[in-house]
Amino acid sequence: MLVDGSHFAPTFLAAFLASLVEFVEALTVVLAVGAVRGWRGALGGTGLALLLLALMVAALGPAIARIPQDFVRFGLGALLLLFGMRWLRKAILRAAGVLPLHDEEDAYARESAALRALGGLTRGWDRVAVGASFKITMVEGVEVVFIVIAMGGGGRGLLFPASAGALAALFLVALLGLALHRPVASIPENTLKFLVGVLLCSFGTFWVGEGMSLAWPGEDWSLAALNAGYLASALLLVSLCRARAGHRLSILKRGRP
Amino acid sequence: MNGLKSVWREFVGLFVDDGSLALSILVWLAVCGLALPRLGLPSILPPLILFAGLVVVLARSALARAAKRI
Repeated sequence: MLVDGSHFAPTFLAAFLASLVEFVEALTVVLAVGAVRGWRGALGGTGLALLLLALMVAALGPAIARIPQDFVRFGLGALLLLFGMRWLRKAILRAAGVLPLHDEEDAYARESAALRALGGLTRGWDRVAVGASFKITMVEGVEVVFIVIAMGGGGRGLLFPASAGALAALFLVALLGLALHRPVASIPENTLKFLVGVLLCSFGTFWVGEGMSLAWPGEDWSLAALNAGYLASALLLVSLCRARAGHRLSILKRGRP
Repeated sequence: MNGLKSVWREFVGLFVDDGSLALSILVWLAVCGLALPRLGLPSILPPLILFAGLVVVLARSALARAAKRI
């Protein structure tokens, strides 16, 4: 029998870390919009998007609770696996040096330049500022909504820790934005994505197994074993990918005159 | 309208980045969902098979991408 209480802390942690990464990316663009086009439009667009995102959670969260639990767990588990594996794969490839790391300072500079190039600041509500900050908050926020719904929909009462984790991340990022007035570049984004990928894959595998009515050995403890298994596999894959990419590079160099 | 389209594209992109990775995950889940309950294996094996297959899917996709680095 699954005791949902034991999932509170990991659900909160996964939602918090995943939301932190998304909100930091959104903050970079909102700060650029505010600095270049004005804070009224930047905060107006962000506020409107946050309101819509909160309505999505309020509508979808309770609706999912009405669907039969095994079906929900299999469906949400499969989506969590698709989402988590994508994150984990990208984090592995970035850690191995195959893909470049995401740079918030660079993203801020590019976004600021693009916004300046649009020119034509208007009085009152600047449509460009509202549109740009609304779009980035929605784009990143939809990922947060999915994580909250997927993590919260898998068991009784888990919507609360999942929502609380996302809200805590939003609060922290807003505070950092107010204090720094510049992109939060010091957060080890890829390490966070790596850990979140591991957590999402573990939850996804666990929910899918529950949906298939598999008997997890040790019941809830198997979630910890899944975390350890995915973490060890991902760390091993970083080394293997680095070696594979290096081998490929040496072959190409030898082939050149 | 363009904003909504890009939000929708972003939403689909949440789950599908590398198409073959997404397809492999879904195929493995379908195989496990159909076969594991019918095989009559000792109860400890089906969860291990599910997990091991997913790790193989992840490894295959990441290593294939690493080999295409240049």
